Amino acid sequence: MTELRLEGVTYEYPAGVRALDGVDLVIPAGGSLALIGANGSGKTTLARHLDGLLRPTHGRVLIDGEDAATFSVARLAAKVGICFQQPDRQIFQRVVRGEVEFGARRLGASEEEAFARAKEALEAVGLADDLGRHPDDLGETRRKLLTIASVLAMRTSVVVLDEPTTGLDAHGAGRIGGIIRALHEEGRSVVGISHDIRFVAETFDRVVLLDRGRVVLDGTPAEVFAERAWPRLRASGLEPPHAAITGARLGLGSTPTEADVVAALLDREASAVR
Amino acid sequence: MLKLQGVSYRYPGGAHETLHAVTLELAEGTITGLAGAAEAGKSTLCLVAGGLAPRVIGGTIVGDITLDGTDVTSWPMHHLAEHVVTSLQEPAGQLSLIADTVFDEVAFGPANLGLPPEEVVARSDEALHLVGIEDLRERDPERLSGGQQQLVVMAGLLAMRPRHLILDEPVAHLDAAGSRLVLEAITAIATAGTAVLMAEQRSEALATVCDSVAVVAGGNIVARGSPREVLAHPATIAFGIEELPEERLRRRLSKAGLDPDVVAAAT
Repeated sequence: MTELRLEGVTYEYPAGVRALDGVDLVIPAGGSLALIGANGSGKTTLARHLDGLLRPTHGRVLIDGEDAATFSVARLAAKVGICFQQPDRQIFQRVVRGEVEFGARRLGASEEEAFARAKEALEAVGLADDLGRHPDDLGETRRKLLTIASVLAMRTSVVVLDEPTTGLDAHGAGRIGGIIRALHEEGRSVVGISHDIRFVAETFDRVVLLDRGRVVLDGTPAEVFAERAWPRLRASGLEPPHAAITGARLGLGSTPTEADVVAALLDREASAVR
Repeated sequence: MLKLQGVSYRYPGGAHETLHAVTLELAEGTITGLAGAAEAGKSTLCLVAGGLAPRVIGGTIVGDITLDGTDVTSWPMHHLAEHVVTSLQEPAGQLSLIADTVFDEVAFGPANLGLPPEEVVARSDEALHLVGIEDLRERDPERLSGGQQQLVVMAGLLAMRPRHLILDEPVAHLDAAGSRLVLEAITAIATAGTAVLMAEQRSEALATVCDSVAVVAGGNIVARGSPREVLAHPATIAFGIEELPEERLRRRLSKAGLDPDVVAAAT
């Protein structure tokens, strides 16, 4: 299992745009964390530092205490699997099976092992029947699920998912939520980037808000989506989840998810009876 | 008015039709939403309504597509594009890749309509303002985040001021503030007379802007009505459509034996 630590990470793109500005962040082994923030706040740039696709302009990324700058991209890829926002930038094989096996094979899995993992991963995302198809023959949604399967098959101890629910329907998004929770239960770390605030509140244990490359909120969903944090969220162009707004109006305290609203109302009824 | 009547479509090499005898009218000044599960046919319907299928991607089509009563099925793409403009799902795939700045990218569409330069500049600046990205004017479009690119693509479409605008998930990559600006811009362009067709997974976005919503399932339009009639209907979930947040909470409260009307009291 792997701990990730960012120390004063600043990143400037060649054109001089500062996308990250002194980020300190620890993602403990087995942590489940969502990065939220406005478009262009630095979420994807941060994710690309986690697997060495970008190297900080200043500061350090430590993987289990070792400076990631000393890792080759290949060695980092064995620890951190990343799934990009746009599937077409990632898919390159001619058969679904090959696409999913590719990463596992590069990480040293035998042919049989890679196939077994590919089957399992495709099963998890609901693409078991598409094993022999050409990725281009899959719709947008299935290509997205395919990229997630490819990362799952690598069995890295950290999984980074950039906008995993974009373009998925309610059913697909629910499936992804289940996969993330299962990974977390297995003790792997999951870092998710999402604009879907309800999905974030229901799926992750910890939420980090980025604003212009800085961490401005960091806490549990109940903390980050509590009423006192709304001005901060809104200043960053985000809205709290619907359940949090309803809970606050009903005087229930912080209820980031619908399940929290239901629980708080049941509590209130129970104490009224007493 | 853009009208599809009994339109069926089959992708090149496809074993089956993806759309079956779809009839749809896009009237000036209205916003029509398309809801439905993944692979129900929403994106295909957008490609067909926008004329990209079969003109650009191939395939075979039957049925009638008319623009103000004129059959357009034989029109070449550049001719149709003066009347109907489409935005695809992946914003990065839609950038021209020849513009060095966001401004040039946004101006690309109106400039290709042959408008006078002053008009191109005025429209482009207005469009940048509408979607709230004036500060990105001089940036390289290829070096923006996914969401920012989606806003750039949207500004480029708005600057063309098309009579018909086809949008496939226009807010998918956007934060709450960006979504709000884009949805307001869509409402504004419709109020100015454009007919808009919008495929969208987020039910709240559909409920916010649409005049009517059609449910697509298995390549057919299986239901249509006002956004509330359609999206608050109990059958919605079965079609893979996201429930409206309030409806979902009400359902969960009922299931827990609580009074769902407590939600209404909170709004």
